[in-house]
Amino acid sequence: MNSIVLQAATRFLITLLLLFAVFLLIRGHNEPGGGFIAGLVVASAIALYALTCGMSAARTLMPLDPTILLGTGLAVALVSAVPGIIESGAPLDGVWGEVPLPGDRGVKLGSPLLFDLGVFFTVVGSAVTVLLSLSEEA
Amino acid sequence: MTALLVAPFAVPMIAAVLAMLGHRSVKLQRILGVAGALGLLVTGIALLIAIERHGPQATQLSGWDAPFGITIVADLLSAIMVVISGMVATASAVYSAATVDARRTAFGYYPLTNFLLAGVAGAFLTGDLFNLYVWFEVMLIASFVLLALGGERPQLEGAVKYVAINLVASTMFLAAAGLIYGLTGTLNFADLAQRLPEAEPTGLVTAIAMLLLVAFGVKAAAFPLFFWLPASYHTPPADVAILFSGLLTKVGVYALLRTFTLLFDHDPGLIQPLFLWISSTTMVIGVLGALAQAEFRRVLSFHIVSQVGYMLLGIGLLTPLALAGAIFYIAHHMLAKTALFLVAGAVEGTRGSRALAQQGGLFERRPRLAMVFAIAALSLAGIPPLSGFVAKFVLVRAGLEAEAYLVVAAVLAVSLLTIVSMVKLWNEAFWKPAPEAEEGEGPTGAPAPAATSVGTATATSAGGGRWRLAAQLAPGAALALGGIALGIGAGPALDLSMRAAEQLLEPTAYLEAVLGEPA
Repeated sequence: MNSIVLQAATRFLITLLLLFAVFLLIRGHNEPGGGFIAGLVVASAIALYALTCGMSAARTLMPLDPTILLGTGLAVALVSAVPGIIESGAPLDGVWGEVPLPGDRGVKLGSPLLFDLGVFFTVVGSAVTVLLSLSEEA
Repeated sequence: MTALLVAPFAVPMIAAVLAMLGHRSVKLQRILGVAGALGLLVTGIALLIAIERHGPQATQLSGWDAPFGITIVADLLSAIMVVISGMVATASAVYSAATVDARRTAFGYYPLTNFLLAGVAGAFLTGDLFNLYVWFEVMLIASFVLLALGGERPQLEGAVKYVAINLVASTMFLAAAGLIYGLTGTLNFADLAQRLPEAEPTGLVTAIAMLLLVAFGVKAAAFPLFFWLPASYHTPPADVAILFSGLLTKVGVYALLRTFTLLFDHDPGLIQPLFLWISSTTMVIGVLGALAQAEFRRVLSFHIVSQVGYMLLGIGLLTPLALAGAIFYIAHHMLAKTALFLVAGAVEGTRGSRALAQQGGLFERRPRLAMVFAIAALSLAGIPPLSGFVAKFVLVRAGLEAEAYLVVAAVLAVSLLTIVSMVKLWNEAFWKPAPEAEEGEGPTGAPAPAATSVGTATATSAGGGRWRLAAQLAPGAALALGGIALGIGAGPALDLSMRAAEQLLEPTAYLEAVLGEPA
């Protein structure tokens, strides 16, 4: 689509959308959010880019083949079952560790975040795969 | 034990993910396709041995105790189903390694089959109604894509019917799960088994049972909900049909066995006669449908329907012997039917046509293939000493003991008609002289006329034809031998089925394994 307004707006929006996706991903820990929504937000950013700059440009935007991304996401989600097996013998059990931050504060990181990350990649990968295949048909 | 319980679905899942990551290498994908199926078989056997020794076992994923956690549980029935599925899957994976073309590989044939296997194994091992739904969906979504993969016109027509009816069934399943949760506040099978008898009103419990009966009945292809199966199983390339014929309907039958022995035994006066009616009509209508067909795989598809009737007979009679017969029948059927579909695929690959009229003369050209067909077909019809005879014998005897004479008559009549239709296949595909147009071709078969071309036939034209032929023949032969072994070793196999049936009827050990306290 050849619209200067859209192109200018897209440049801003994509940055915002990607940052918002990271925010959603991490927020999903304790509050509404998570890998699924974050993945959809990233996919919509890519869709927006594809609408403005064309499909081939969107393809180059992706660092990885979307199928590989999908596979990576699933692999990461599978791997997140492992810490639980090692720690308590129950696959997928949440294992938590605290990363100390300066000033007597810490942030809790755990295997559920890894699972969420897997979901995130899977959703991005599958949504973009759908997007690209549909655009090829048209 | 946790590892053993999780491995049957984890191994195909890992294979699927690796196949996705390595989707550029066809060779790697082929290896992973076979590895995932083989993994299912090996872990299944290990699981069966463990269950056989120590009784039903359960584990809770993510560390929450039942009824809140994700329960994975296996009793003998689950373990037997996993093992037989592993055999079927391995046979079909070896076959497909020889026949799947580059295009379908590029669209993810191998990851999809592995996900399908993960879904099937998960459905057998889950201890929770909602997770059963999830595993069903994993299986179905993979099967939707596999069915449509290749994109030929009749294939899409079959896929549309298959998807539509299965989505309706899934919706009913989900509705039933919602109702049951509203009624009892739990979805864990073991917990439900304890709470449902006290649940009020009982009318609602019956309504839920009927919803699940329809949902699983669709997936199991029971009368009158079977029509999607003959409409879709003959459309995809043979390798997909092989996998489907061995696995999919049996997951529906398993779900019926599990829910109607563990959960819904509150109203035997309604449910048992209902199952007897369903099973007899399924048997009869299926076999009559088969007689009217003129394509190899269509005949076999209708026979699947017919035989699902036999399996449901176990629930209708609900005696230990009848259930053991049904379990034995499932094992026998999965082996024999998959072998027949493997033969059908090889026949189509050789003749380049699906219609029986275009086939013939194969006894001369591929005698070993003919042997495999003969063994599997006779087994299906129930000729001693093959496995089908034992399976039918046990069911007939259970029927006589329960004085259900009408059903016994149906079983015997349907067996007779099964022979008739197997003889027809034999005559048409193997015995009669080859059609004129096909005479004098090379052993791998030339490309068929466009109107009758088959997707898989293309695979035979490339080099390595001999290896390909062997890979098409060997899995079927292995399964047919498995059928013979099951028939000759019927004593121990029947013992095992008997114990599995007793576990179904007396689920104390199952409940104890899941809930962790003497029930």
